[in-house]
Amino acid sequence: MNFGKQLKDGLLTNNPVLVQLLGMCSTLAITTSVSNGLGMGLSVTVILICSNVVISLLRKLIPQQIRIAAYIVVIAGFVTIVDMVLQAYFPEIAESLGLFIPLIVVNCIILARAESFASKNRVLASALDGLCQGLGYTMVLLAMSAIRELLGNGTLGGNRIFPAEYGALLMVLPVGGFLTLGCLIALMQWVQSKTRGGK
Amino acid sequence: MDMTRLLSISLGAILVNNFILVQFLGICPFMGVSKKMDTAVGMGFAVIFVMGLASALCYPVNLLLVKLDLEYMQTVAFILVIASLVQFVEMFLKKSMPSLYEALGVYLPLITTNCAVLGAVLLNVQENYNFIESVVYGITGGVGFLLAIVLFASIRERLQFSEPPKAFRGFPIALVTAGLMALSFMGFSGLKVW
Repeated sequence: MNFGKQLKDGLLTNNPVLVQLLGMCSTLAITTSVSNGLGMGLSVTVILICSNVVISLLRKLIPQQIRIAAYIVVIAGFVTIVDMVLQAYFPEIAESLGLFIPLIVVNCIILARAESFASKNRVLASALDGLCQGLGYTMVLLAMSAIRELLGNGTLGGNRIFPAEYGALLMVLPVGGFLTLGCLIALMQWVQSKTRGGK
Repeated sequence: MDMTRLLSISLGAILVNNFILVQFLGICPFMGVSKKMDTAVGMGFAVIFVMGLASALCYPVNLLLVKLDLEYMQTVAFILVIASLVQFVEMFLKKSMPSLYEALGVYLPLITTNCAVLGAVLLNVQENYNFIESVVYGITGGVGFLLAIVLFASIRERLQFSEPPKAFRGFPIALVTAGLMALSFMGFSGLKVW
């Protein structure tokens, strides 16, 4: 396993959101501002690394039939820890992410990586996989939240770029989430078809 | 029981705060199984069923957790209740209603990771709904899910015959369609019963 390939996989060729189409709910719901996107992305990355490591350690102990339930319990444990840490140290982010922190438990990315990678690979490779996939997820969240915050509110990471009156409210509403993600995935497909055609 | 309150909860869950199009809960199955009409309908009914039952079961579980001062265990406890409930429903249907079991097929186990179910249960706790209100919220939330997924599936069936730009084929155009549906559901946001 080499780190470079895993990183490229996570960020581009096998990006969890844009290519595997996982974790849609949180991607659409919380990307209304860059700080939310960053908070959510980092929380998921941390949980992904921890749960990948633990599941990879336990992969020989967990019986095949109840593996999904076992994975979910491991994930739920880490989600609870992250939830409490956020509430203690970053109450503002915890407030604005709200319901979507406990809902990380059912974020398909984490379960999918546990099932398809951590349950078959060594601890170190699983940790790296968690890191790379988490970074890929964070990157998409940052791109989406930057687009939506800029077009919707005229700010970027809280800094005003243009007056709020010119912002399109549509972009921070649910509609904007669907449209932005649709366009990003279309862009990804376009780039893929270009690079494939070039070879 | 206050009927108007129940009515406003139901209307809110179905239209104003539709789980999929306004609250973004349950997008994965919404996108995944909406290619054909009959699977969409099957998934919708399975979700109504599980969401209603999960709301009913998690209410006493939450009372117990509050009594024991273990509120921070909510997420873990609820997801376990939901996962075992789905398992149980699956076994029960297999024995007693094989035709329905066949129809739901692979979608039944997938409901465990449907965030709409966990979302509904967590919202019940957040809003301090009592037992009946929780069950009503769960069931009507499921009805809202059914409504959205059926509408979306019927649009998608027609979408197959259209010719979007190459890069938009498949998933992206579906997302844009969902965005337009969300726009139309925003029209309900001023709706109030009382």
